[in-house]
Amino acid sequence: MELSAAVMKQWALRINEKMQEHKDKLSELDQAIGDGDHGHNMARGFQEAANKVNDSSYDDIGTMYKDIASTLISKVGGASGPLYGTAFLKAANAWKGRDVLDSEAFTEGIEAAVGGIETRGKASFGDKTMLDVWIPVRDEMKERGVDTEQANKTAAKEAEATIDRVAKKGRASYLGERSKGHMDPGAFSSQLVFEALAEVYKEGAS
Amino acid sequence: MAKVSIIVISHSKELADGIVDLVSQTKQEDVAIAAAGGTEEGEIGTSVDRITGAVESVTTEEGVLLLFDIGSALMNAEMALEMLPELEGRITIADAPLVEGAYIAAVEAGMGKTLEEVKKAAESAKEWKKIED
Repeated sequence: MELSAAVMKQWALRINEKMQEHKDKLSELDQAIGDGDHGHNMARGFQEAANKVNDSSYDDIGTMYKDIASTLISKVGGASGPLYGTAFLKAANAWKGRDVLDSEAFTEGIEAAVGGIETRGKASFGDKTMLDVWIPVRDEMKERGVDTEQANKTAAKEAEATIDRVAKKGRASYLGERSKGHMDPGAFSSQLVFEALAEVYKEGAS
Repeated sequence: MAKVSIIVISHSKELADGIVDLVSQTKQEDVAIAAAGGTEEGEIGTSVDRITGAVESVTTEEGVLLLFDIGSALMNAEMALEMLPELEGRITIADAPLVEGAYIAAVEAGMGKTLEEVKKAAESAKEWKKIED
């Protein structure tokens, strides 16, 4: 398993396409248990990040993802800006100076990203947040190496599993038991991130 | 002597600006209060760039106290601190109600209290009873 700088660039662009495509669903999920701006925020933030990546040339993957992170931090209002921004910033540090990522190096970035989300959001697995997706994906990568198709499947399954959970963090936690029955919007956007990864890896490898 | 400055962070620009107006009525001499409300696009949300900008506009030797409204405003306030490492030890975030906290903080800062004292005073607003038994 190897991810070239070109595939990593495609990943960022594909995440953007997914956010645009699912903007309304993300906002609908957020309206049910949050403040309803997740789709709008993610679509705007990743569009800016995609523009930035398209307009620049990079010597290494770390610098590219640092730019993506800074754009998300500046352009995404709401909790997802600092959370996704921190995630990609931490990953960028792990990918510094690399123009290709093997399984181990990619996993290091994902591990750092999860650490960043945990520190920023002060949440744990099971709190009905994006971490409910990121943590199992990371664990699987650490255990078995990167399998993007498996990560995609796990992310989808774990996002689905947030439906039955009670939110412990964020605006949704004010709803208590009433937050049950809805998928967490951050878990769904995280699912899209790994869906995008599986797609670009498959295309890049073929 | 320099006094502690105060930053009012809110998801709403109007709310942050309004609190600064309200608190400025106490006319604390030499206390700078700045608002960091809404996103860069003028929408509901908070912006780390607006927060760092506000901090830079009022920073003093005595330090800067950040107050925030709800939820993710804290995350952006924390990011702002990380982006201003040169202010370490002179910048901190109060766990306080926004209106009352900003009001008390302004008065205490006006009395020349230290950053830690102003923060504690702002946080004590949580214990206030607004209606007597």
